[in-house]
Amino acid sequence: MSGGIDTGDTAWMLIATALVLLMTPALGLFYAGLVRSKNVLNTFMMSIAAIAVATITWAAVGYSLAFDGDGALIGGLGNAFMQGVDFAPREGTTIPELVFFAFQATFCIITTALISGAVVERMRFAPFLVFSALWSVLVYAVLAHWAFGGGWLIAGGTLDFAGGVPVEMASGFSALAAALVVGARKDYGRQALLPHNAVFVLLGAGLLWFGWFGFNGGSGFSTGQGSVLAFTNTLLCPAATLVVWFGLDLMRGRKVTAIGAATAIIVGCVLITPAGGYVSPGWAMLLGALGAIPSYGIIVWRTRTRVDETLDVLAAHGTAGFFGILFIGFFAQEAWNGVSDGLFYGNAAQLWDQVLAVLAAPAYAFVATFVLLKVIGAVMPLRATDREEAMGMDVVQHGEEAYVTGEGAILLLPDDHEKVAVPVADPG
Amino acid sequence: MKLVIGIVRPEQANQVLEALYRAEVRGFSMSRVQGHGGEMDRVETYRGTTVQMGLSEKMRFEVAVSDDFVDKTVQALCEGGRTGEVGDGKIFVVPLDHAVRIRTGDSDEGAVTPVSK
Repeated sequence: MSGGIDTGDTAWMLIATALVLLMTPALGLFYAGLVRSKNVLNTFMMSIAAIAVATITWAAVGYSLAFDGDGALIGGLGNAFMQGVDFAPREGTTIPELVFFAFQATFCIITTALISGAVVERMRFAPFLVFSALWSVLVYAVLAHWAFGGGWLIAGGTLDFAGGVPVEMASGFSALAAALVVGARKDYGRQALLPHNAVFVLLGAGLLWFGWFGFNGGSGFSTGQGSVLAFTNTLLCPAATLVVWFGLDLMRGRKVTAIGAATAIIVGCVLITPAGGYVSPGWAMLLGALGAIPSYGIIVWRTRTRVDETLDVLAAHGTAGFFGILFIGFFAQEAWNGVSDGLFYGNAAQLWDQVLAVLAAPAYAFVATFVLLKVIGAVMPLRATDREEAMGMDVVQHGEEAYVTGEGAILLLPDDHEKVAVPVADPG
Repeated sequence: MKLVIGIVRPEQANQVLEALYRAEVRGFSMSRVQGHGGEMDRVETYRGTTVQMGLSEKMRFEVAVSDDFVDKTVQALCEGGRTGEVGDGKIFVVPLDHAVRIRTGDSDEGAVTPVSK
């Protein structure tokens, strides 16, 4: 390998990239369990679609806009269509830029997939594909540039280890905007719309947690101390969130719920995402414990409103990302991260840098997503008709069902397609 | 006494329930059934295999009522179940010989009239 490449770091980053890619199907499973059985495939397919679309847009322009150069607001087009992305080490790392590109691509993919949680069960598939393509460039790449790629936030000193800004707050606040533009499901607030398979939800959350070790542990781009700290904090913080969530569930309903636990795993992982490599293991556990409370509160509050942000992306990702970014401003510790102290260790300036991020990122994500969906909505209908919504998006959008029995299905041979005459009663 | 059987679309089941509650019909059972009523519009493809779905998911309501309640029940089933498209389902009203409430042993009219405590 060429100079400056570390084989150990590269080996770990190859694995971490695959771990993060697994998170998107895991998210699909998590989301699929949370919807009704007639919308399972459509919900899962939105995550799969994000892998397809966001990978292509990332290779075309997204990566370049995020990581080429250090413009304040946006990167350049020097790496468009992967020009110059090769075996040479990415600046500031000891891994080939190809690996760095792929690792960052998986972040863009999962973030795009996350937003689908706000619009499942009624948004049409075609406009979601268009939205994914445009959002991954216009929102994700821009915020990734601000926080990771040399933009004004990272240049100003904002600390964001693995994506509190471009992944968590971006998806959470975009989800809120998407829910407002697309509108509530027709039966929302009138009928109980319940998760159809809690086991999928738990398994999806478990697989997400597994993948998150690559997400946070890989965000140091090495096997160095930051990565090791973030890796271990990814175990500690969600465990603390789970325990506190159990307590909140007990206080509220006298029972610990399974879907609550799955949600807590996600919230805990999100909380530690920005802070992973910057806070000590002890503070990581405190972060997990305290951070459970605002997300829990937002979930309880949101379901009482008319806002059908269906799978609570705002509570799980937006709120927890917001909290995690701010937490760094208080409890970052140079003794652990080698970069900067927070307010608690005498550096108030760090808190200010973090406050800038929690003001700017949600505002940009919300406004940009709102406008983007309004524009797409002007060109094509965003949502299915009430009738289609009632039938379920699986049959309407994909012509398949998740739990088909095959009973009474008549096999159509290729030349049968035109004459649909089958020996049955004709209603007309 | 009659047994009213209503077979409706699953997606209308909640509307039917609401209509039945509004009509103060309180005792009924509901089950998932698969049926065929002439509609053949659902074509699905699984990899290379294209199939036409001959059976559709339906919800079957069974309501045992005293004679006074027959019209109200039928009306509620129609109101809740109708979309106007092929596949809305059917209602059958059949005579009922005998009914018993297991808990008390009440029979016939007494068994199909809801207890008001």
